[in-house]
Amino acid sequence: MNFADDLYKEIILDHYRSKKNRRRLDPADYHQEGVNPSCGDDIELFIKTDGGIISEVTYDGIGCSICTASANMLCEALVGNSIEFAGKVLSRFKGMLTRAEEPDFPDSAADLEAMQGVRDYPVRIKCALLAWSTLDQILSDIQSDANPQ
Amino acid sequence: MTRRSVTRTYPIDRIRAEFPILGTTMRGKPLVYLDNGATSLKPQVVIDAELDYLTRISASIHRGVYQLSEEATVKFDEARASVRQFINAGDDGEVVFTKGATESSNIVAFGWGRKFLKAGDEIVTTELEHHANLIPWQQVAAATGAKLRFVPLDPAGRVSPESVQSAVTERTRLVAITGMSNVTGYMPPLRETAEIAHRNGAVIVVDGPQLVSHHPVDVQSLGCDFLTFSAHKMCGPTGVGALYGRRDLLEAMDPLLYGGDMIVRVGKESATFKGVPDKFETGTPNISGVLGFGAAVNYLRSIGMEAIADHERELLAYAARRVGEVPGVTLYGPMAERGVAAGGVDPGGILSFNLGEIHPHDVGAVLDGEGVAVRTGFHCAQPMMQFLGVPGTVRASFYLYNTLEDIDRLVNALHKTLEVFS
Repeated sequence: MNFADDLYKEIILDHYRSKKNRRRLDPADYHQEGVNPSCGDDIELFIKTDGGIISEVTYDGIGCSICTASANMLCEALVGNSIEFAGKVLSRFKGMLTRAEEPDFPDSAADLEAMQGVRDYPVRIKCALLAWSTLDQILSDIQSDANPQ
Repeated sequence: MTRRSVTRTYPIDRIRAEFPILGTTMRGKPLVYLDNGATSLKPQVVIDAELDYLTRISASIHRGVYQLSEEATVKFDEARASVRQFINAGDDGEVVFTKGATESSNIVAFGWGRKFLKAGDEIVTTELEHHANLIPWQQVAAATGAKLRFVPLDPAGRVSPESVQSAVTERTRLVAITGMSNVTGYMPPLRETAEIAHRNGAVIVVDGPQLVSHHPVDVQSLGCDFLTFSAHKMCGPTGVGALYGRRDLLEAMDPLLYGGDMIVRVGKESATFKGVPDKFETGTPNISGVLGFGAAVNYLRSIGMEAIADHERELLAYAARRVGEVPGVTLYGPMAERGVAAGGVDPGGILSFNLGEIHPHDVGAVLDGEGVAVRTGFHCAQPMMQFLGVPGTVRASFYLYNTLEDIDRLVNALHKTLEVFS
């Protein structure tokens, strides 16, 4: 297995090529932009919720294949699932990339394991994390909407 | 070896042997280093100069009366003379050692700009600029009420004496312009720009890290008032650079930093300062770095900047043709017009491009896997990216040790990239 196959697994390239979730939701219940200042990648995440369930989730923006594939995987993994589920997947994804934890994703999010190889390329970890850090912000917003001070 | 250089007399094999890192590998493949716009590789003579200081001298300059300190001081002064000679400055006092071009640029912005600019004055610059020659001026403009004006660029990202003239008015006090774009290699007409600035009573600051590293520079014949550059882009160490400034301008300026070594006399309430360049060099400097810097400019002079520029010109022409033939490639800047530069100035050895819709980082990652180092992204020049209408580019930048084979390896790796992302 050579370097390119190692980083750019077929499953990642499939998500990169898919344009299924790459569109803006207007109106969206939650909308957040995430930027990586070191590379200029710029992703927007759009979420609609329905009684604690993520009914729609899409993304748009500019990013490398790792960044956009990761955003697409996020959409595929979370749609139809609960906010709690999103929080759990987010924390496992971060754990896999930043704390070298063994991936342990629910079946519907199993594709995310393909991103494990990014761990060996430290400068690209932030590409894989961008959409997820953006999600993190949205989850806090949802939290504060649910528990107003 | 048959295809290392198109210029037969250029000693490419000897030069390559002088850079130990060229014998190493990256991702298991022989290293092809095409990120010289970011930083250059170091020849053994520069490594030796730093090591000699660290292992044998180690003492500080200007302080001790013992032999080691004296030797450090002498070598430090010799390095300054070497740098002065390299750019043909009038005297050693006009060469200030800094930690790099960014600090040099800030010394001018805050030491000159902050002191002498006032509301209504104009600073003329371009969208070609590296952030190091833009953001300090934005800050000074905000602090003084001076206004930034931009020289209009033509579609290939060039300026002309006419476009410079159109931006310069009697309110212009300073022109800040790059000597060579770090994105496209484009070299603005400096001498004409300096003349226009001076005719209107303005001073000119040339952002020189790319220009000084790759081309012969004579500050007196160019007529530049300030020139900033960094050692590490010209075979020297990181963390050291220089500011050239005309003596009368430097003398009128305030330093950015105050402290030891810059002083003549210090009382409880006030202090008096040394002249140029000492008043700008407070604190113990990067002595090993400065000695490495001196060794680097002497090394470059031994090869000849004209010969290096010629070599890079050949590499660039070959690269523009070969890379331009790869399906889906878009070239940016003067080379987009196949090397024909309006105004007659050839671009320096930098090729910026994109490969179809593939993000520059993805191109860079596949190239990395093939042992080819390039820069990807916005190159600390976001206004230039906005001008080109792209989020980033892939940039291959050449130097004295690169070969035609390096470019063949780059082209092969681009084909590999197309395969991965097809």
